[in-house]
Amino acid sequence: MDIELVKDIIIPIIKVLFIAHLLIIGVMAMIWSERRVSGWIQDRLGPNRVGPQGLLQPIADGIKFLFKEDIIPNHVDKPLYVLAPAMLLVPAMIAVAVVPFGDTITIAGHEIPLQIADINIGILYILAITSLGVYGVVIGAWASNNKYSLLGGLRSSAQMISYELTLGLAIIGVLMLTDLPEEILTKLGVDETNPLSLRHIALAQGAHPWNIFIHFPAFLAFTTAMFAETNRLPFDLAEAEQELVAGYHTEYSSMKFAIFFMAEYMNMIVGSAVVVTLFLGGWHFFGLETMGGPFWSGVISFAIFFVKTGIFLFVFIWVRWTLPRFRYDQLMNFGWKFLLPVALTSIVVTGTLWIATNGSRLWIGIGNLVAAFIVVAIVAGIMAIDNNSKPIVQRASAPPLRGLDAIE
Amino acid sequence: MTAEHVLFFVFGAVSLIGAISVISFRHPIYSALSLIVTFFAQAGLFVLLGAHFVAAVQVIVYAGAIMVLFLFVIMLLNLGTLSAKSALKGKLKGLAVVLGVLLAIQGVYIAMTAGTDTALESAQASTEVVTTYKIGELLFSKYLLPFEVTSLILLAALIGVIVLVKRENQAEN
Repeated sequence: MDIELVKDIIIPIIKVLFIAHLLIIGVMAMIWSERRVSGWIQDRLGPNRVGPQGLLQPIADGIKFLFKEDIIPNHVDKPLYVLAPAMLLVPAMIAVAVVPFGDTITIAGHEIPLQIADINIGILYILAITSLGVYGVVIGAWASNNKYSLLGGLRSSAQMISYELTLGLAIIGVLMLTDLPEEILTKLGVDETNPLSLRHIALAQGAHPWNIFIHFPAFLAFTTAMFAETNRLPFDLAEAEQELVAGYHTEYSSMKFAIFFMAEYMNMIVGSAVVVTLFLGGWHFFGLETMGGPFWSGVISFAIFFVKTGIFLFVFIWVRWTLPRFRYDQLMNFGWKFLLPVALTSIVVTGTLWIATNGSRLWIGIGNLVAAFIVVAIVAGIMAIDNNSKPIVQRASAPPLRGLDAIE
Repeated sequence: MTAEHVLFFVFGAVSLIGAISVISFRHPIYSALSLIVTFFAQAGLFVLLGAHFVAAVQVIVYAGAIMVLFLFVIMLLNLGTLSAKSALKGKLKGLAVVLGVLLAIQGVYIAMTAGTDTALESAQASTEVVTTYKIGELLFSKYLLPFEVTSLILLAALIGVIVLVKRENQAEN
């Protein structure tokens, strides 16, 4: 067979199939570990009956979802009601295309990059695709023709729009310092670094310290905004059970409901992979990725990336079963008054110190930390003064429960 | 027929169908969704022209941010289905006719002057990818003045919004 054909068509297809299946298996693994870890955190067992350690539980769940009756209520807008779960799942699946999941692997003398597509605008593509996920939620909520669903959808879209800004601004500092040394550039065969390419960002963290050490405040802002984008606790107001039944997927049953959940877990996996690439060094781990020959180093780099993403996913679960939910005004205040200023400060400080200290990454790291502390202190001070000067009735609070006085 | 030709016709057809759907659907939610489809197809056309950055910005700004706000407003106001008569009334009808005639003249003119393949050829001639680096460099050198003026306009809009909201709040108190 023609070797060019293999390189241009068959290998990309293998990569796409591999990653797509890895995502779906990852979703199953996440569902199992979420239930087991939550059990462990709450000092109970969790599902442990189906298969060893309950490992086959996700498959049992999947079969159950498939065989449940697919109820479409009479009052829904049918075309959009059916379309909405797909509108949430597809962006989650295609965003992973530009994430580099390892260095290059050499098979039969041919070097294959472990990434589906290294496009010119890499990180912008991810921001564009993830910003589309909100349509699935909004359309699903509206098409359900249910007040609880609509409220959940509106909350979710307001939250996603607010936190998207932080998501975009927090990475600008990283892009500014992405700079590849000459020898890597000649090895890649390009003239200049393209800071938007996720592969270049990951490679730069092999040559320089990991971005988490230089941009720690931006890392915290980005991670927090990502929790909000995936609608996970403490940001799951869109599906707050006590207030909204189940939020935007109240009217969904059977496999459509399962697809909403698959999309949420897929978003988490893609988000973790992006954080690992941007801030946690990608596939680098203190030189371990260069061990072994050209084939094994590729396998090891993939394994490192896989383990790092897994650890980050554990943090997702850990946070969910530890923190309580925000109140709506707290959520908006936190996003606009703390996260956004921190992200903006990191841009200003990184740029200024880059010129002032002649590109010393140590000073930029220290400067970022100090500036973030100062900004948070100032905002907290202003908010405290503001709160004290206001009459207490104006603060947002739940309406008083009727009949509570009688009980007391 | 190269792959670019095929993709050009696919994206072109999708964007036309989307645009026609925007004005033919009776329900505003469906119209808004059709508009999003059109924006997507146009982002695809930008990619074919080598303008990857413009394509990404098209999706982030129009499809990702502005249309979400449109949907928001439509849902909150709970606009119902439009009847055929209420859609076009009085002066709007005259304006629509004038603009439609102008658009038709424009289309006929382009079809007369340009050969069938010119657009495709010029698209293929310029498939050199424009990097974000170059766009940034141009924005801060050659197009510095328009860039700064745009940012001032945005700032004015921001301040305007805050002033309007603050006034309302004070009136309530």
